[in-house]
Amino acid sequence: MERVAIVGIGQTKHEARKKEVNFAELVYEAVNNALKDAGIGIGEIDNVVTTCNDFWDGRTISSMATGDVSGARGKNVSVVEGDGTFGAFYGLTRILSGAYGTTLVTAYSKGSESIPYLITNAAFDPIYMRSLGLDLVTACALQARRYMKRYGITEEECALVAVKNRGNALANPNAHQGMKITVEEVMRSPKIAEPLKAFDLSPVSDGACCIILAREDRAKKMSPRPAWVKGVSFCADAYLLGDRDLSECRALEKAAQAAYRMAGVQKPREEIDVAEIHDAFTYQELLWTEGLGFCGPGEGGKLVARGATAKSGELPVNPSGGLLGAHPVIAAGLIRIAEAARQLRGDAGGMQVKEDVRLALAHGVNGVCGQSHCVWILGRN
Amino acid sequence: MKDFWTEVEPIVYEGRIKIPYSWQAGETASFFLTQLRDREKIWGKHCPECGKVLVPPRKSCPFCFVDTEKWVEVSDEGVVETFTLVREGTPIQPLKAPFAYAVIRLDGASTGLVHVLSEVEPEKIREGLRVKAVFSKDRKGSLLDIAYFKPVGS
Repeated sequence: MERVAIVGIGQTKHEARKKEVNFAELVYEAVNNALKDAGIGIGEIDNVVTTCNDFWDGRTISSMATGDVSGARGKNVSVVEGDGTFGAFYGLTRILSGAYGTTLVTAYSKGSESIPYLITNAAFDPIYMRSLGLDLVTACALQARRYMKRYGITEEECALVAVKNRGNALANPNAHQGMKITVEEVMRSPKIAEPLKAFDLSPVSDGACCIILAREDRAKKMSPRPAWVKGVSFCADAYLLGDRDLSECRALEKAAQAAYRMAGVQKPREEIDVAEIHDAFTYQELLWTEGLGFCGPGEGGKLVARGATAKSGELPVNPSGGLLGAHPVIAAGLIRIAEAARQLRGDAGGMQVKEDVRLALAHGVNGVCGQSHCVWILGRN
Repeated sequence: MKDFWTEVEPIVYEGRIKIPYSWQAGETASFFLTQLRDREKIWGKHCPECGKVLVPPRKSCPFCFVDTEKWVEVSDEGVVETFTLVREGTPIQPLKAPFAYAVIRLDGASTGLVHVLSEVEPEKIREGLRVKAVFSKDRKGSLLDIAYFKPVGS
């Protein structure tokens, strides 16, 4: 594969009820931050991919409404509906096609302006499921229970993820919900849909992220510290919840193995220095660490309990605070890529896990209960 | 513009999105739903490739990407595979919290059906609990023609 690197990253501060900017202006801020980070002007962007969702935006063809603020006027702009990691994947393939030297990828949402249970209920099949009133939280509660019951994962082990990630988010200036909390406080937080409690859920945040991808010849002229794409893959599972064993994440295993093969990673736990993964709920971080092969099936709880995924652990997971620290839907995965790149460059500030980060992993999810996963392996060289 | 927000309230534009939409259920789902409505029967479709009986029925198999063929009647009883007890409800749910959602494997089906449980003490719900469909009196050709599932023998 031709070498492609991430040469610029930009984000907004993620928070609820952002009043200073409307959703397009939010994207504009992230795009300008990424251009500044790459040290280039909008003229050096060859094409644009926007990532968004019409339901979350409350408008149709929402992608076209953020073209102007992404500098897309007069350029080839295309859209991906889904998580930002999938938008970035498409942005990468456009460079690999040979037609473009650089791609600017944006992802955003202002989830706090909507009613999330109505939006996520609409993700379900209108004929077979929607009338049940399921939403993302209640569907994921079914998955949490199935996974925890099968492997004996405890609510306290899940609570450790909330404590770790919200604690990590304190060092992240863009985070929405950095806080020092205890396992007891998580356990005492209001029950929403058992076994999920309020602190097991990620917040609904408004925010945007932008990354700039560049072909090797262009990247070398731009960034002194590019983050190179070493491997990337995605894979989807069946749509209906009842068609899947919710305690498994076969699609993630497949995506991860393909990305590892491409990057030449044989022992992910030993070789990867830091991982930013899609922890929309506490149990998901545990389940996804299993799917990523950081531990065996059912061992995710033990992994967090012995501190392996702490910022100072052997394989830090979500040192930025992850989605539990800030969750602008759609942008969440692109933020994981940006944070992974930042770790490789050594400029993650208080979130930096160690000086010498050589290999980082970023992961995004699209669909309910992890229907589809996208895995990126980024390297310093 | 720093001082701007000290003097004014933010302007918030309230949306009015309410767009009626009519989804054609198609032949496969229509057969399933009319059988629920008219005969209180639950049907699945059999995949000739993997042999699975899909409930709810699909025209094609999500596992094999082939047409499903035979219709197979499945039981209105089955077992709870997983569940969640909803404590904080929303206005779009068919029952008032606390109630449970469950994935139910009906006898004769190979896949799980997501539905709601009622007429059961929350602490009695567990994986493996045998449950039976309770049909609504007023049936309209919807998944909610099954009002809920309750424990067998209760």
